[in-house]
Amino acid sequence: MPTKPKPVEGEKKVFMTGNEVVAWAAAAAGAECMYGYPITPQNEIMHYWTRLAPKFGLIFLQTEDELSAGFTMLGGVLAGRKSFTATAGPGNTLMQEPLSMAEMMRLPAVVVIQQRGGPSTGQVVYSQQEVTLTSLGGNGEGLRVVYSTSSHQDLYDYTIKAFNTAWRYRFPTFLLGDGYQGKMREPVVMYDPEVRGVELVPAEPYVGRPGTPGVDRPPAHLRNAYSIEEELYEAVMELVREYEKVAPEIVEHEAFGVDGARVVAVAHGVVFRAVKGVVRELRQQGVPVGYFRPITLRPFPADALRRVAATGVRLLVVESAYGQLARLVKEALSGLPAEVHGLYKPGVLVGQGEIATRIKTLVQGG
Amino acid sequence: MQIQPAMPRSWRPETKPHKFCPGCGHGIVLKALGEAIDELEIQDRVVFGCDIGCSLLSWDFFNVDTVQTHHGRTTPVMVGMKRANPELIVVAYMGDGGGYAIGTQHLVNAATRNDRITVILVNNTQYGMTGGQMAPTTLPGQKTETTPFGRDPELTGYPIQGPEMVASITRDGAYVARGTVARPRQLKEFIKRALQNQMAGRGFSFVEALSTCPTNWRTNAEDTWKFIEKEMTRYFKVGEVKVPPELARGKGEREDG
Ligand SMILES: Cc1ncc(C[n+]2csc(CCOP(=O)(O)OP(=O)(O)O)c2C)c(N)n1
Ligand code: SF4
Ligand SMILES: [Mg+2]
Repeated sequence: MPTKPKPVEGEKKVFMTGNEVVAWAAAAAGAECMYGYPITPQNEIMHYWTRLAPKFGLIFLQTEDELSAGFTMLGGVLAGRKSFTATAGPGNTLMQEPLSMAEMMRLPAVVVIQQRGGPSTGQVVYSQQEVTLTSLGGNGEGLRVVYSTSSHQDLYDYTIKAFNTAWRYRFPTFLLGDGYQGKMREPVVMYDPEVRGVELVPAEPYVGRPGTPGVDRPPAHLRNAYSIEEELYEAVMELVREYEKVAPEIVEHEAFGVDGARVVAVAHGVVFRAVKGVVRELRQQGVPVGYFRPITLRPFPADALRRVAATGVRLLVVESAYGQLARLVKEALSGLPAEVHGLYKPGVLVGQGEIATRIKTLVQGG
Repeated sequence: MQIQPAMPRSWRPETKPHKFCPGCGHGIVLKALGEAIDELEIQDRVVFGCDIGCSLLSWDFFNVDTVQTHHGRTTPVMVGMKRANPELIVVAYMGDGGGYAIGTQHLVNAATRNDRITVILVNNTQYGMTGGQMAPTTLPGQKTETTPFGRDPELTGYPIQGPEMVASITRDGAYVARGTVARPRQLKEFIKRALQNQMAGRGFSFVEALSTCPTNWRTNAEDTWKFIEKEMTRYFKVGEVKVPPELARGKGEREDG
């Protein structure tokens, strides 16, 4: 068989939209199937993928809805190909059903979410209102990985990482971006993962392995139907144990200036960029402030955040939602006497001026 | 001497007797499928997908790779699988609720796209697993838990004509038939042809199987048989609805059993 050309050779600096970055990164990560349904602001991921498809032997199907996009993706995974989809908003709601199946069956599906305003249409550009849904949606226990990106470089790096995490640990993995990240142009370094020493975890089929089932090997009998309570209990507890065991290897955050800080701002996604700028500037002016950015929203970097909060700082959660990140923060800090304040702007970006003002007020004890 | 009941080779003996109610038609459909798999010698290439409904009871039925999905979602899982690995022969197995109500959009679109999959849909005129509610296939006047006074077509319409619909939205290359568990040999033949059609890469292959549910019909053996043979066939015509010209019948093969 002739070897397929590599989508990205060596390393190169490019200037492109986030959605285009995701398409290239998925191809570079060895993804072979994308099944998707149009929705703003993720459409261009499909647009670029379909343009890359003939050259790199990639599979694409535009499905009849997001239920189908999600379930066809699971079919692709079962057949042993790295498969993904991309969606947003109401599509994310529908996506929770296939993802519930993926969670319980340990199917390494990868889903890109470009958050938009809820619930149906209109403001289809931006929000951070899909945090709860993406982290904990579905009728299960939220046994999934959610990476929240905040730059185009993140989109490239974490798309590759999402496929590796999914196939290494066999938990469905989300890349949580938003419409600004998807539509904006930014410089980014694209690279062949091998050049950077990033090993790609290979995909494996769940069905159709060599041999006749029942003769040469046991049949694969994959099910999510448990007929008695105890059977389901045992299955879920086994999954929870597995998830908790690998969570420390997956969890990621970044922090700055938290030692000696009076206030620590907590933010993720593009909002984190504003927070980062403000905090670094205030620090230079001598204001005792730091930041904490959860990179994985599931599993949440609870231990790291608890260490920060234990020093008695005041936390300020800044987000384009009404307390969805704050809920994860408060759960992580449960039992600690930490003060959690919120700067919540559902559906709109948070300006650096208002962040600075709130931080200064909190530093002064207000 | 130990006498083994006749069982298709592709069945999994460890899981027999199966879990369906006595008199249920699901077992007969799955026997027809098992025999078709044996005759075509494709046990190592078939992947069986079962829906939610009583069809889910078949998740460990065969010595064949199997995946149980969600209610109505078996079609897209098998579509995604087939497109990712066309070497596999995929079978989506579902009830009339799964295929004609909650999963209609998948059936319609997979048929329209001419996806190379085989769908076997068990029509027992109601929702068996959830205790006998109305389905799109319920007959006019038929009593179910949600039509306790009988289905009134003025309010809820007439039974869906599934194979006829699929035939009308597919292009050449599709295979469409309606069999019945009352004629198991014919049903096996239809299923076999639906698999052969997929193997030839011709197109979408669809078999509806009229099936019994004495538990929810609340019928004894005699009335069960009367319902499937006399009542159901008044609305559901048994036979092949669409056959690709290439799928010519071999000499000596009979349509009936
Ligand atoms: C999304 C969803 N809605 C509803 C159900 C409940 N449910 C389980 S089986 C079933 C109906 C099954 O009827 P049918 O597809 O005709 O299969 P049968 O049991 O008759 O073989 C329903 C509604 C479900 N499991 N999932
Ligand atoms: S409820 Fe009806 S369809 Fe379900 S197993 Fe029993 S007889 Fe068969
Ligand atoms: Mg039914």
